[in-house]
Amino acid sequence: MRLYWTSLWAIITREALRFIHQRERFVAALVRPLIWLLVFAAGFRAALGLSISPPYQTYITYETYIVPGLCGMIMLFNGMQSSLSLVYDREMGSMKLLLTAPLPRGWVLFCKLLGSTAISILQVYAFLGIAALFDITHPAIGYVTVLPALIVCGLMLGALGLLLSSFVKRLENFSGVMNFVIFPMFFLSSALYPLWKMAESSELLHDICALNPFTHAVELIRFALHAQMNWSALGWSALALAVFMGAALLGYDPARARQR
Amino acid sequence: MSGLLVEDLTYSYGPKTALKDVSFSVAAGRFCVLLGPNGAGKSTLFSLLTRLLVSSKGRISIAGYDLQCQPRAALARLGIVFQQTTLDLDLTVAQNLRYFAALHGLSGKDARMRIDAALDQLSMRERDGEKTRSLNGGHRRRAELARALIHDPEVLLLDEPTVGLDAAARRSITEYAHHLADEGKTVLWATHLTDEVYDKDRLVILHQAQVLADGFAAEIAGDMPLADRFLSLTGAEA
Repeated sequence: MRLYWTSLWAIITREALRFIHQRERFVAALVRPLIWLLVFAAGFRAALGLSISPPYQTYITYETYIVPGLCGMIMLFNGMQSSLSLVYDREMGSMKLLLTAPLPRGWVLFCKLLGSTAISILQVYAFLGIAALFDITHPAIGYVTVLPALIVCGLMLGALGLLLSSFVKRLENFSGVMNFVIFPMFFLSSALYPLWKMAESSELLHDICALNPFTHAVELIRFALHAQMNWSALGWSALALAVFMGAALLGYDPARARQR
Repeated sequence: MSGLLVEDLTYSYGPKTALKDVSFSVAAGRFCVLLGPNGAGKSTLFSLLTRLLVSSKGRISIAGYDLQCQPRAALARLGIVFQQTTLDLDLTVAQNLRYFAALHGLSGKDARMRIDAALDQLSMRERDGEKTRSLNGGHRRRAELARALIHDPEVLLLDEPTVGLDAAARRSITEYAHHLADEGKTVLWATHLTDEVYDKDRLVILHQAQVLADGFAAEIAGDMPLADRFLSLTGAEA
């Protein structure tokens, strides 16, 4: 048992040390959603009328609407960032150290996942704090109840990153991941506009958005920020987590590995 | 006590055969050199020995533990120095070693004592607070060797550990690895340089995915220098 805990602690500490060494990564992770929040949303709110829909019980500003989506965006980018660092680790060789440790491979990958999730949660809270400074706030209890939702979403998006890293063999292929994963996932979701708004313009796009796990992650965060539970969002997010993690484990199975 | 056993190991990358029916064994406390030209299959063999790859054909046993049936017990008894450095260059020597110790379940005072002892053995103690990025090639290698010894493994695998080092650092690392075998560790040392082989060493020559010769270095060399024998063996087959 001790082996499991010391290894978990070591892997999370290393992720944290690495994150501290890359301060620009922290700044970039905050600047991106803040630009969306303070610039894009300010201009966009005039164009988009939002009716009252759960979990909101009154009219809300557009800034308030996109905060959960931007929390999801931070976690999405972080999941991809950790995927990138896994590919980097593999190219640099340090991944070998992890994979040759006397630990079940699933545990090693799970520890990695927990480490990257912890870091993305820190980033989300920093973002929520800065948003509060600009008067974009949520019910006080929401800042507590959002934590479990952030854990589920962080794990799910981290597992997606893990899965991608088992397929993406080289760093230079990573721009493809940006174009084909991050942007479609973000824009084809309820992060920037509610799904009923999407349905008004295209039923097909609405259906794609409804299937996108990122939509469910965002909705889970949205409801949790208002101390409400969205069971279907939780179910879909948990299912996506299980599928991504299972596929990532297969991807890292040494019996299937092929050296470059 | 058994050291390392490889039986009928075969591995292919698609249609390309990287290893074909490779068998050899190294008794406990022996220094065995795996000699082969580039592309002979040494790196594939190391990937299989460290379970980065798994073959469905053949068997590997480390310190008496079957790598397929008891992978964790086998890996726990294995110390590895990879050809490519696996140090985290942003961390200090001590942080790198602590990280590794924790991956093997060692922490607290026990880990500290083992790390200090390993660094002392390689005369690296005074550098434990330095970032590994600032170390020269020889010191990085020593740090990696110290790291591979923290958990007191029974079997040590070193994959071309002297690549890129100057003559003095090469000799120092080669001598130290032989000293470890004298102390009872089973050592498998992969190289393509014949001057790293001592007469008393066990020698396995790997060429074009197969074992070409297996015996003591002095016997295989016979009446000519080992380098000439190696070239005649591999050159004739090339």
